[in-house]
Amino acid sequence: MKLTVSSSPHLRSEASTARIMGDVLISLAPSVLAATWFFGLRAFLVILFSVALCIGLEALSRLVMKRDNTVFDGSAAVTGVLLALTLPADIPLHYVIVGCVTAIVVVKQMFGGLGCNFVNPALTARIVMLISFPAATVGQAHNLALPDGVTGATPLAGGEYASLFDLFLGKVGGAMGEGCKIAILLGLVYLLVRRIITPVIPLVMVGTVALFSLIVGENVGLQVLSGGLLFGAVFMATDYVTSPMTLKGQVLYAVGCGLFSVLIRLYANLPEGVSYAIVLMNIATPLIDRAFRPRPYGQTKKKKEGRG
Amino acid sequence: MKNPFESGKPQKTRGGLHLPHRKNTAAVESVILPTPEKVYIPMQMHIGVPCTPTVSVGDYVRVGEKIGDSDAPVSAPVHASVSGTVSGIYPMTLGGGTRATVVEITSDGKMEAAELTPPTVTDRESFLRAVRESGLVGLGGAGFPVHVKLRVPAGKSVDTLLINVAECEPYLTSDHRTVLEDGWDVMSGVYAVLNYLDIPRVLICVEDNKPDAIEALQRIADSSADPLDRVRVLPLKATYPQGAEKVLIKAATGREVPKGGLPADAGCIVMNVTGVARLAVYLKTGMPLVSKRVTVDGDAVADPKNVIVPIGTPISELLSFVGLKEEPKKVLMGGPMMGISLASTDVPVVKNNNGILAFSEKSSMLPSPSACIRCGRCIMRCPMGLSPVTLAKASERGDTEALAKNDLLSCMECGSCAFVCPAHRPLVQNMRIGKGLLREKSMKKG
Repeated sequence: MKLTVSSSPHLRSEASTARIMGDVLISLAPSVLAATWFFGLRAFLVILFSVALCIGLEALSRLVMKRDNTVFDGSAAVTGVLLALTLPADIPLHYVIVGCVTAIVVVKQMFGGLGCNFVNPALTARIVMLISFPAATVGQAHNLALPDGVTGATPLAGGEYASLFDLFLGKVGGAMGEGCKIAILLGLVYLLVRRIITPVIPLVMVGTVALFSLIVGENVGLQVLSGGLLFGAVFMATDYVTSPMTLKGQVLYAVGCGLFSVLIRLYANLPEGVSYAIVLMNIATPLIDRAFRPRPYGQTKKKKEGRG
Repeated sequence: MKNPFESGKPQKTRGGLHLPHRKNTAAVESVILPTPEKVYIPMQMHIGVPCTPTVSVGDYVRVGEKIGDSDAPVSAPVHASVSGTVSGIYPMTLGGGTRATVVEITSDGKMEAAELTPPTVTDRESFLRAVRESGLVGLGGAGFPVHVKLRVPAGKSVDTLLINVAECEPYLTSDHRTVLEDGWDVMSGVYAVLNYLDIPRVLICVEDNKPDAIEALQRIADSSADPLDRVRVLPLKATYPQGAEKVLIKAATGREVPKGGLPADAGCIVMNVTGVARLAVYLKTGMPLVSKRVTVDGDAVADPKNVIVPIGTPISELLSFVGLKEEPKKVLMGGPMMGISLASTDVPVVKNNNGILAFSEKSSMLPSPSACIRCGRCIMRCPMGLSPVTLAKASERGDTEALAKNDLLSCMECGSCAFVCPAHRPLVQNMRIGKGLLREKSMKKG
């Protein structure tokens, strides 16, 4: 009898990285559909192009570095969708190439691949594009649900918007995935139900923006519903790799994300700050993780409390 | 904070997993294994100093006769589990990979019992002596001699006895069957410990996936005369690792054992349910621990059931008794979460064995690891409040300073972290490697 000898535990859960990434892709589907609905078929083509390119670049990078192929863990596809959804539908495809190379090759693979990147690949790529080609990255894509002649500028930059309800529905110009809040919330609910994420980061981040806006007398509804706040809070700030692992750490991180978002929006020379805020907190994550460790069992000063 | 003894509700514990129970044998009556031809009884089935054989080759021994003992304070005597002739004394590699002297007894098939008399117990000292002579060790886990555990160090006071019937590992039902089949022994053992050690209360902790065991224990407790009203049956949530000593203490009392401390530092003594039942048998009849109820299950086993086997029986014999559907590719001693995978089925059943699981090729394969995605699930699930990912990474790079700082030694290797890890990282393996590194370092220092 030839027996396998291995370290315990001999039982494993069904969870796997590929399943998690699959769930994230499913949670992004409503936003992809909404983007296609509001911005037309080109939106869908940009997303497809970005996904295909990210997967191809991932495979190529691993091949060149003589490492095992990681395409099937699904993380490259997720990055592809996320990056595309932060871009306008009219983005020229050669700019998308720059974005995908930045995300997959530079930010992700050059730092060691999945789990080793210290900032969110999609978000960092978007920032690089925003700095390199500001006009194209903001875009002029026309939302099909709006009357002709209404520009794509975000209401945060003084663009027009009909009502907060329209902002909620997604009747607004700007990045493809950021408009339709219904789609984002559907994705959030899916991620929560599947226990991929907890509500902590999105709730605290959006809550911080709302509270700060209230305190300084800004329009809370506008601050919450416009720009990339909800999309960033649900899909970007919750990225496992670049967010803290403990509950307290996550709260601090999310407060930072929210606070920097609203500070940049209101007091810096930029219309939108969500991307910068999240990447900034990404960088702080290793420090936060070091500062907030769980309390180990049996190491408390009030250990005698339960007596009697 | 509410007291579970009064409220009947357990305290909250950290982490915890919902595992598939797979308690296929819970409703099946235990059967007695036909006397094996030969048994191999190790001189060390406990933590502490090994015993020296007190018999020599050619001696005739009967069931319950002492065949090994030691003068050391931390040790437990060993007894013959079959009647027959001692046919060899030699070293052997056991299931856990340790080497120990074994006494080989060729059975005469009669299972003739030695002339035994119940021990004379009048006070605490004579009780502890009797516990030692019974050969009992911690039957749920590491095999720590029970008489050492029950001897509370001076300056520490124990106010609560906990009886562990959590049996949180999947498949295993031997404690469950002990309650159903030997419930009165359990209660009489409990009263003996309470009386002689002068402990004011006991909580019998049972996971709520065993309602019949809870009901049986409650019924027996209700019909026992106890004017001091010391006994409570406490149902616990069926989460893993509820039966781990430190987790159990937290759930049943709300207290935590301080780092590096003993259960007595939290005012508790924890005993396994089969242990107290066997103690009662010894006090009543003088028959020491010579047999064990072992759950034999796993998807390669044809007819899973609990089998009562003489200690020292080769595991291969146990497997052929219950029948195999196919050739197993993995055989475990213990449950699937913390059990040891055996390299050979020639090794004997030992005192703290409560399950033998045989698995098909399909269930033997573990997924291959991929990169950590920092999801934090291992941290959320760790019952000890550790950060397994941090420890595993420190272990991989050989950073003993970080290992010590992040409390590696608090890890009990329950495997909760590795169970939930979506990247299938070898977390427990790295914990063990890390502990080895720390041992090496402290040895160099000393």
